[in-house]
Amino acid sequence: MSKLIDVQNLTLQFRTDEGLITAVDDVSFSIDRGEVMGLVGESGSGKSVTAKALMHLNAGNAIYAPESRIILHTDQGEVDVLSLKKQSDLKLVRGGAISMIFQEPMASFAPALSIGKQMVEQLQLHSDMSKARAKEISIEMLDRVGISDASKRFDQYAFELSGGMRQRAMIAMALSTKPKLLIADEPTTALDVTIQAQVIDLMKDLVGEFGMGIIFITHDLGVVAQTADKVSVMYLGRLIEEGPVREVIRTPAHPYTQGLLAALPKLEDLDSPLTPVPGDIPSPLERPPGCVFHTRCPKVIGDICRRTLPHAIDVAKGHSAACHLHEEAKGAA
Amino acid sequence: MSDQDNLITARNLSVTFQIGKGLFNKASLKAVDNVTLDIPKGSFFGLVGESGSGKTTLGRAFLKAVPITGGTATYSDDEVTYDLGTLAGRELRDYRKRAQLIFQDPYAALSPRMTVRDIIAEPLEVMGLTKTRAETDQRVREIAAKCRLNLEHLRRFPHAFSGGQRQRISIARALVSDPKFVVADESVAALDVSIQADVLNLLKDLQRELGLTFMFISHDLSVVAHTCDHVAVMYLGRLVETAPTRQLFEAPRHPYTKALFSAIPSLDPDDTGRAQRLVGEIPSPTNQPTGCKFHTRCPHATEQCKREEPQLEHADGPGHEVSCHRWRELMSEPA
Repeated sequence: MSKLIDVQNLTLQFRTDEGLITAVDDVSFSIDRGEVMGLVGESGSGKSVTAKALMHLNAGNAIYAPESRIILHTDQGEVDVLSLKKQSDLKLVRGGAISMIFQEPMASFAPALSIGKQMVEQLQLHSDMSKARAKEISIEMLDRVGISDASKRFDQYAFELSGGMRQRAMIAMALSTKPKLLIADEPTTALDVTIQAQVIDLMKDLVGEFGMGIIFITHDLGVVAQTADKVSVMYLGRLIEEGPVREVIRTPAHPYTQGLLAALPKLEDLDSPLTPVPGDIPSPLERPPGCVFHTRCPKVIGDICRRTLPHAIDVAKGHSAACHLHEEAKGAA
Repeated sequence: MSDQDNLITARNLSVTFQIGKGLFNKASLKAVDNVTLDIPKGSFFGLVGESGSGKTTLGRAFLKAVPITGGTATYSDDEVTYDLGTLAGRELRDYRKRAQLIFQDPYAALSPRMTVRDIIAEPLEVMGLTKTRAETDQRVREIAAKCRLNLEHLRRFPHAFSGGQRQRISIARALVSDPKFVVADESVAALDVSIQADVLNLLKDLQRELGLTFMFISHDLSVVAHTCDHVAVMYLGRLVETAPTRQLFEAPRHPYTKALFSAIPSLDPDDTGRAQRLVGEIPSPTNQPTGCKFHTRCPHATEQCKREEPQLEHADGPGHEVSCHRWRELMSEPA
């Protein structure tokens, strides 16, 4: 499979009144065409900020470290996303080759414009098609995501649609420009389980049909298991584990991933007690030295965890974790 | 079980809201429709359903925060018995101490301009439960310690705390007046999984330690399965199924309950569970279907389901009740 996007050593800080906040720290990953990557982590782990960086969409107080690289592979060649400056160039990563679906569809549609008008507007921004053709494509897309009576819905406003419908319309809008990469930021979190299941099925069908890559940001490991090919787990801005979805969920290698899985209430075993990950995620202003997780880790092996930053180590093919435990194991072997 | 063992008893309880102001476009919205249920003393009672199912309204009706428009609801502890429909005046003020609510969003529920100590102390001062400042401080410190809050944090403001800590502050505030009955409305929905388990364990511990009765409202079946003793499932204002937790999860009888289970995304990537998917969405409560409310989305609906509304009846297990015309026939089908 050919590469779609390459993120190398992405480090991102925000300048605030309280000082420099490191939101993303030396994160690297890549996505192939047609591949679905789940990006997991709790609030404050930097997953949304990472996704926004791909569209160069972070606020003006963001500082990218000089070694950060985001390379988008398009049919016309490679594009260095972080070097894009002009609005007209940024269009490529903002709705052109990369599209985004947000968590709260009510807040992402303009309330005073009809759904159709917004869809046509963005199609015309990204291509030179006529208004009539744009309307045709929009209605086709609405129909494709399972909105009944698409030509009628085209003229309705966001408030007239139910939550599930709105999220479908959002997906239709994001896909109408035929992006190569779709970023879905918690697209099902605000939905009921029965509707969430429908939206997940829809997204899976669409991957097969359109062949785009997807970054699926979520805190729900169940949703990841059902949608992703591979998973990346983030904690306090660091990528601590990545690998194929079956591997990571069945044999998690990092104590944080293990803790997340143990904290999930499981329906198969009602008697097992719930085991929380102890403590709270530290404030980004007080990032712990050494391994960022050591303040909550039940498996700390000594001063090395408190002092030295662990590096990603392969535990299986394509499956790596940044934890000193695995360094020890490797050193001993 | 005799009525004396129940803290809350609801009989044909309805809550109807009037919507539309004009003379000719008056409409009513039945948020809770003919609900009969018992909440036993000392239980952890779960209420599940999608948004729009009326679960929050039912919780508020038990707290007398929305008017009860039909049927009865009775609160009965060892000291007093109140009819919630007619409760007023001094008795209502007394009931406010006995019944409390924990909110969903710990970011919105705490005033940013009050210290944690003042937030927790406010109910005591408003209800006049303590006479001196020293007494108030004493109560606040006691409950804060029970809710595993660091006592040094009492002087800080809420913005300094994480979601889990804020939710513990909300819990302390709800419990400071020493209530008997607590409604927890989606109290862990806004929290990260790693923290969620911690707050759930705390709620369970407090319930045992303080002898509380909890009504736990949630849309998350797996959370309910792990915390509650008894679960009721609501759909469009009606109770569709109620049973002891284990019974409900091992042998769900209502097609809606089965569909809810199969919609939970499985942690096993090879188990897609598409078989039982529901089509469509919950209908608008202002324009409800006839007959069984669920028939528009039910894969097993018949002509009878469209015409006749099923009543809650005993199913095959103790304490298990279901409201479906066809539950017996459907038992033989794989869940």
